[in-house]
Amino acid sequence: MSLVIGAFTMGLILSLLSLGMFISFRMIRFTDITVDGSITLGASISALMIVEGYSPWLAMLVSTLGGALAGSVTGILYTRFKIQEILSGILMMTALYSINLRVMGKSNIPLLDVTTISTGMEGFFEKITATASKVDILGWQVPIGDLAVFMTSAMIAIFVAVLLCGFLFTHAGTALRAAGSNPQMVRAQGVNNNTMIVFSLAMANGLVALAGSLLAQYQGFADVQMGIGMMVWGLASIIIGEALVGKAGIGLTIAGVILGTILFRLLIAIALRWGLNPNDLKLVTAFFVFAALVAPAWFGMLSRKISGGLNYVKN
Amino acid sequence: MLKIDSVSKTFHAGTVNEVRALQDVSLSIEDGCFTGIIGTNGSGKSTLLNAVAGTFTPDAGSIHLAGHDITRWPEYKRAALIGRVFQDPFAGTAPDMSIAENIAIAMKRGQHRSFGFAVTRAFKDDVADRVRTLKMGLEDRLDNPIGTLSGGQRQALTLLMAVWTRPKLLLLDEHTAALDPKSAAKVAELTKIIIAREKLTALMVTHSMQQAVDLPDRIIMMHRGAIVEDYQDERKQRVRVPDLMATFDRVQKRELFDESVAGMLKAQYC
Ligand SMILES: Nc1ncnc2c1ncn2[C@@H]1O[C@H](COP(=O)(O)OP(=O)(O)OP(=O)(O)O)[C@@H](O)[C@H]1O
Ligand SMILES: [Mg+2]
Repeated sequence: MSLVIGAFTMGLILSLLSLGMFISFRMIRFTDITVDGSITLGASISALMIVEGYSPWLAMLVSTLGGALAGSVTGILYTRFKIQEILSGILMMTALYSINLRVMGKSNIPLLDVTTISTGMEGFFEKITATASKVDILGWQVPIGDLAVFMTSAMIAIFVAVLLCGFLFTHAGTALRAAGSNPQMVRAQGVNNNTMIVFSLAMANGLVALAGSLLAQYQGFADVQMGIGMMVWGLASIIIGEALVGKAGIGLTIAGVILGTILFRLLIAIALRWGLNPNDLKLVTAFFVFAALVAPAWFGMLSRKISGGLNYVKN
Repeated sequence: MLKIDSVSKTFHAGTVNEVRALQDVSLSIEDGCFTGIIGTNGSGKSTLLNAVAGTFTPDAGSIHLAGHDITRWPEYKRAALIGRVFQDPFAGTAPDMSIAENIAIAMKRGQHRSFGFAVTRAFKDDVADRVRTLKMGLEDRLDNPIGTLSGGQRQALTLLMAVWTRPKLLLLDEHTAALDPKSAAKVAELTKIIIAREKLTALMVTHSMQQAVDLPDRIIMMHRGAIVEDYQDERKQRVRVPDLMATFDRVQKRELFDESVAGMLKAQYC
C-alpha cells in the first residue's frame, strides 16, 4: 500500500511538471528544455529557504517565481535574440546548473526534521485521530505522514489544475491557445506572439519549479542532479494522459494529464518492484517516448488521440 | 484615409535573386472607398498589402493610416486599425478552437485582453445574431471547432472577424481564389454587402476581372512593382472586363517594346 500511495503522491507532485509542460509543449507548442533546470531550481530555492527557517509556503511561492523568471529568460532568448527554440532552452538549462549550485552552496541539501507544507495537515490528522501514527483506510494501515503529504499534494494539484483550466478560457488564455495553433492569425488579430511565448514559458516553468519545490519537500532533499530527464518524464506523462482521454476538450485533457502522470508513476513503481534496475529507468522512459513519437499509428490502435496529440510536437 | 508615400521594397537585395517588388509606389485612398487591385503574377499586389499590414517594413517611403504614421509599427500593433482576410482559408482562424472562441479573439483586436471569460452567454447571443447574417446556418454550430467547417464557411467567418471591430482599413488578398466557384461567389457577395453596410475603406486584390468590375469603387492595376493604371469615379463606372484585358495587353506590349529597344541599343553600343 505504501507503494501505491507513494506512487500517487509522486504522480500528483509531478503532475504540476506535466501541466507546466502541457502549456509549453501543447498550448504554445514550444519545445522547452529549460524544464530539467527549472525543476531543480524550484527544489534548490525551497530547500535553502526551508533550512533557513522560512515558511514552506513562502518557499514554494519564491520557487514558483524563480521558475517563472527562468522561463521568461528562455522566452526572451528565443523571441528577442532569435536563438533557436531548443538552443534557448539548453542555454538556460545549462546556466541554471551553476545557478542551482550557487543557490544551495553545495550539490545537495538534506531536509530532515523540518517544517514542510504537509506538516500542518499532519498535525491536523494527529488531532482528529488522537495521535495514532497510522490511520485505517479501507483496511490498509496508512502512516499519517504519508497521508498528509498525499492530501496536500492533491489539494495543490487540483487547485492549480482548476486555475489553469479557467485561465485557458479567459480572453488572455484564448489568445494564448490561438497563438500556439496559428501564429499568423493571432498577429492579424493584434496579439504580440512574442509576449505570448514569454508569458507561456514563464507560466510553464513556474509550475515546473513548483513541482520541484514539492518534490524536494517530499523526498527530503534537493540535489543539483535531480532534474536530469524530468522533461522526458513529463512528456511521457502527457502522452499517456492524452491517450487516456482521447480527443477531448481542455478541461478533460488537463484531468487526463494529471491522471497520466499518476499512471506513469504507478507503472514505474510496478516495474521497479518487478526488478527493473533503477539505473535503466531513464533509458526505458526515453524508449517509450521514442516509440510514441515514431509509431503514432501503432499507438493509434490504443487511441486515436495519440497521433493527433503528437503532431503538436514541433521538430 | 490610407496614404502610401513612395514606398519601395526589394527582396534579396544585392544578390542574383534580387526582386524589386515595389518601386516607389504612392497611393491615397479616401475613407469609405473600396479599391480593387489587379495585375499579373508577381506584380507586387500582395507585397503592397503586406507593406500596409506590416508583415515587413519598407526600404523607403512612409505609410499613414487614419492619421497615424504606421510605417514603423509592428504587425500586431497595426492590427488595431486593420482587418485582414488571407487567400488561404486556413490562415485566418485557429482550427481546433470553436467558432465562438475565434470570434472572441477578433472581438478584442486592439484592446486589452483581460482575465475575464472569453465566451459568455451574452456574447454568444451577439455572435449568433451576427453569424446569422452570413446565412450559412453556422449560428447553431458556435461551439464546433472551426477546423470542421468548409473553406467557404471559414473564409466567410474570417471576413466577419476582420470587420467585427469596424477597422479603419480592410485588406483582402485574393480571399476567394482558393474556394470553389459557388463558395467564391457567395463570399464575394458577402464582401460587397458587408463593406457597403459598414461603409468600410478596403483594399482587395483579385485575379478575377469580373470581380474587379463588379465589386469595388476604384480599380488599380499593378505591373512590375508599380501602379500602371488607376480607374476612378466615372472611368471606373464605364470600365468593363474587355477594357481591362486591353489595358493588360497594352502594358505588356509596352514592356516588350522597351525590352527590344534596350536590346537594340545594347547591340549597337556595347
Ligand atoms: N518574402 C519574400 N521574399 C522574397 N521575394 C518575395 C517575397 N514576397 C514577394 N516576393 C517577390 O516579390 C515579387 C512580387 O510578389 P507578390 O507576391 O507581391 O506578387 P503578386 O502580385 O501578389 O502575385 P500573385 O498574383 O502571384 O499573388 C515576386 O517576384 C515575388 O517572388
Ligand atoms: Mg499575391
